[in-house]
Amino acid sequence: MAHELTEHIEAPDDFAPTADVVPPRGSRTAVVLDYSRRNPDLVIGLVMVLALILVGIVGPLFVDVRTAQPTRALPGQPPSARYPLGTDEQGRNLLAVMVVGLPLTIKVGFLAGFVGVGIGTILGLTAGFVGGAVDTVISMIVDIILTVPGLLILITIAASIKSFISVEVLALVVASLAWPRPTRTIRSQVLTLRERGYIQVARRSGMSTPEIILKELLPNLMPYLAATFVTAVSATILASIGLEVLGLGPQNDPTIGMTIYWAILFNALLRGMWWWWLPPIVAIVMMFVGLFLISSGLDEFANPRRRRIV
Amino acid sequence: MRLDYIVRRVIQFVIVLWGAATLNFVLPRLSPGNPVRERLLNAMATGGVQQAGVEEMVRAYNEQFGLDKPLPVQYLLYLQHAFVLDFGYSIASYPAKVLNMIMAALPWTISLLLCSTLISFTVGTLLGALIAWPHSPRFLRHLVVPMMALSAIPFYLLGLVLVYLLAILIHMFPVSGGYTIGTIPGPTLSFFVDAVYHSILPALSIVLSAIGFWAIGMRGMMVTTEGEDYVVYAEAKGIPKQGIFLHYSLRNAILPQLTSLALSLGTIVSGAVVVEIVFAYPGVGSLLFQAISALDYFVIYGVVFMTVLAIAIATILLDLTYPLVDPRISYRSA
Amino acid sequence: MSVPVHLRVEQAAARPDVLTVRDLRVYYHTLRGPVKAVDGVSFGLAPGDRLGLVGESGSGKSTIALTLMRMIKPPGRIEGGEVLLDGVDLLALSEEQMRRARLADIALVAQGAMSSLNPVKRIREQIADALAAHRDARADRITQSIPDLLQRVGLSPSVAGMFPHALSGGMKQRVVIAITISLRPKVIIADEPTSALDVVVQRQIMETLGNVQEEIGAGVILIGHDMGLMAQFVHRLGVMYAGALVELSDIAAMFREPLHPYTQLLIASLPSLTQRCLSGHPRPAAVAAKQAVWLPVPGALSQCDAGLCHSDATISGGATSPLGRVPPLRAIRRERPDDGRQTSAVSRDRPNCDADLTQYVHVRCLVQHRLCSLACGRSN
Repeated sequence: MAHELTEHIEAPDDFAPTADVVPPRGSRTAVVLDYSRRNPDLVIGLVMVLALILVGIVGPLFVDVRTAQPTRALPGQPPSARYPLGTDEQGRNLLAVMVVGLPLTIKVGFLAGFVGVGIGTILGLTAGFVGGAVDTVISMIVDIILTVPGLLILITIAASIKSFISVEVLALVVASLAWPRPTRTIRSQVLTLRERGYIQVARRSGMSTPEIILKELLPNLMPYLAATFVTAVSATILASIGLEVLGLGPQNDPTIGMTIYWAILFNALLRGMWWWWLPPIVAIVMMFVGLFLISSGLDEFANPRRRRIV
Repeated sequence: MRLDYIVRRVIQFVIVLWGAATLNFVLPRLSPGNPVRERLLNAMATGGVQQAGVEEMVRAYNEQFGLDKPLPVQYLLYLQHAFVLDFGYSIASYPAKVLNMIMAALPWTISLLLCSTLISFTVGTLLGALIAWPHSPRFLRHLVVPMMALSAIPFYLLGLVLVYLLAILIHMFPVSGGYTIGTIPGPTLSFFVDAVYHSILPALSIVLSAIGFWAIGMRGMMVTTEGEDYVVYAEAKGIPKQGIFLHYSLRNAILPQLTSLALSLGTIVSGAVVVEIVFAYPGVGSLLFQAISALDYFVIYGVVFMTVLAIAIATILLDLTYPLVDPRISYRSA
Repeated sequence: MSVPVHLRVEQAAARPDVLTVRDLRVYYHTLRGPVKAVDGVSFGLAPGDRLGLVGESGSGKSTIALTLMRMIKPPGRIEGGEVLLDGVDLLALSEEQMRRARLADIALVAQGAMSSLNPVKRIREQIADALAAHRDARADRITQSIPDLLQRVGLSPSVAGMFPHALSGGMKQRVVIAITISLRPKVIIADEPTSALDVVVQRQIMETLGNVQEEIGAGVILIGHDMGLMAQFVHRLGVMYAGALVELSDIAAMFREPLHPYTQLLIASLPSLTQRCLSGHPRPAAVAAKQAVWLPVPGALSQCDAGLCHSDATISGGATSPLGRVPPLRAIRRERPDDGRQTSAVSRDRPNCDADLTQYVHVRCLVQHRLCSLACGRSN
């Protein structure tokens, strides 16, 4: 037996090392295009959201933004060459309103989302990593806050300070209830990552807790943070529009939600002034669907276990 | 084992309510001075309440809320009143009591919400399960994209679109209201039919959007369940496909779906409230809207507290039924 | 120059096989080409026979288990071959016929049997629904009530009313065995039934399995990677490597004289209390470090995907060296070739890969100083 083995184990004569036959990865654009073909959700979503942001950036070049304020245009006009989206009852050029309002709404969403996810990250990291009593307390508070209807609480707060509401204040109000969900998500991610090998090694090698969190945990949390941020922005825009539609938004800024509020107040529906309420709704739908697609695409990217694309 | 699960839930319930009540206590007291007088003066300026009744109201409120007493005593008094659901009088509609106004509006909201949620949850969940099942008809797969789009749209926006399409453009449904103007609400069949007719559009706004949400969620749960070992083993046992779908996949995927329901109650209620506003449906949503416009703070706080109470009750009921559906729960501290 | 793979025909009992697998091929189609998980595997199983299948992860053994039950899902596909159960080709049956055959004729104790039970249903319901699914066709086979079945596998009848999470791992495993034998199948496939259990429970389970098998006279295919377990349970052992059945022989003979290099590695990796070398030689460490075994890369896509390096390359630190062809399987030894037993040793040539890109990898058997058989052979 042993001899047989020896006999057959000699290196073959036609041994010859090959060159690296794996094709090079390709240019960056090729890789991006390839991935986008396989993950259409992410790309379509990004395109939609970027288009909306672009309206706010490029818009002022085409339309005079001062006409977004009341009495700057003829009131009650249907769409025409002069006013492509018509005007509202108070004399606002609705195209200008869209150009001004979209960035404002997005700003509120991003600001509130940023603050919310920021607080959520800090709390989630602490609760997940430190654990113990701190975790119990934070988790209980988060659970309790999550069971109440957030919008109603926001309504209560906003109604109490109605006269003080500006875009930034609105963002802060919305942010005040935007942090529980990110906290929960990030906490569960931290709990999973905490048991990974490199964290254990870092701990035992004497790294201090803040150091571990900053240098080891955070970089690995980035994909989840991105996905959480997108979801949070979606939720905060939803909440801010909800408040605005009730009239609890900034009274002097033509944000998307306030536009719808004025439209309802002036009975635009019954009077058939569809150009007043339809463009904002279309913009909102596009925004939400875009954000939803982005978060679904990011999910596939960040969560390899649920990857459907090989 | 069951007992401490129940106890935990009840404690959470109490804490939630206490938190909501405290919030309502703290908010008006954030600004300096006598909050009631300030609010009343404000309301007068914007809402047009009569001057004559103001001082009496201020006195009545001072008495009720003990505003002249030290803060902790005020708090206790307030809690005491909240416990019996006494929220005082409405500013804009004095001398109507807040509680009575809410009780008049509540049945409308509850019926709308209950029906819409039931329909959307059952239909949406089933649809989602079928979409995920590999052996269901092919055309169901194409529903995924529309479902996603629908779920991303807030209820009230969908409501606006529906009103325009189905009530204004095509006069299929009434534009607003809970019942035809002029009819007197009463327990008659014709009124009931009228009320249902008026509730179709609001319900549809909620149902269409929520179905998408539940369907997508259930589909996700089913996909997770499909890969589980017991589904594989069920097939190895030779159980027919439908049996595996019903008793193995669906039955297990519905558990996280129920949790999802419990967690989204707050969101659904918030959305429904705004839908009512859009349709001028005589539920607590419209009540809230009018109160906001008139700066009727006590009504606002009362509505919010009652809503939190209702959701807390619904959540605890759902939580208590959970061990019946998932036998693993009662043995663990949840 | 090629490395032959050794196969040896086993001594056979003169019973006709209940299960005959011929040239089975199962490929998984990925975006980068097909992975040949099972590539031309053939073997036979007689009633009462116990066949073991060992191999590393990815060698295709679990795929065989699923294939025999015809439960392969896309992107996997059964590309060819025959699976004859009592003369009936399972691969040619309709969906409904196969469904009826599952559990009643060929039964699976799946990998991860710990979680094979539906968590929301009581034990008796899970046994009952299996029986009900076959009630029309196999009413005659259901001879026992559920409490009796449970007792057969050593469980108390009160288990029937419990939920799976209330049972220990061993108990759950027994429940699965009870379900498996409930319809008296002809073949039982046990895919790593005890991998998650401790050794004591392991032994009990294997004993139970052995007992019930003898009672109903089924053939058992035991899949796993625990050579020790195989040694104690099976009559014959087949070694899977890179989708092929590279050695198939009687268990005692295999331990005594493993022929294929991979088999030798497997056996040599078993810790031994007494020996340090299969042939008894003391082993010089330096020699062992230099030895190399040429083996085809397992799991390589179509055997021609040159881009893959087997992880063993890092252990050896050696270079990957491409060769012209995959070595063909060749029969080494045939004992009593004409005893009517179907041989699973077939030599065949594999086609040259077009691009001539097959890669071979050094597998150095270092690390454990007990892997000395090759060194012993070499040092002669």
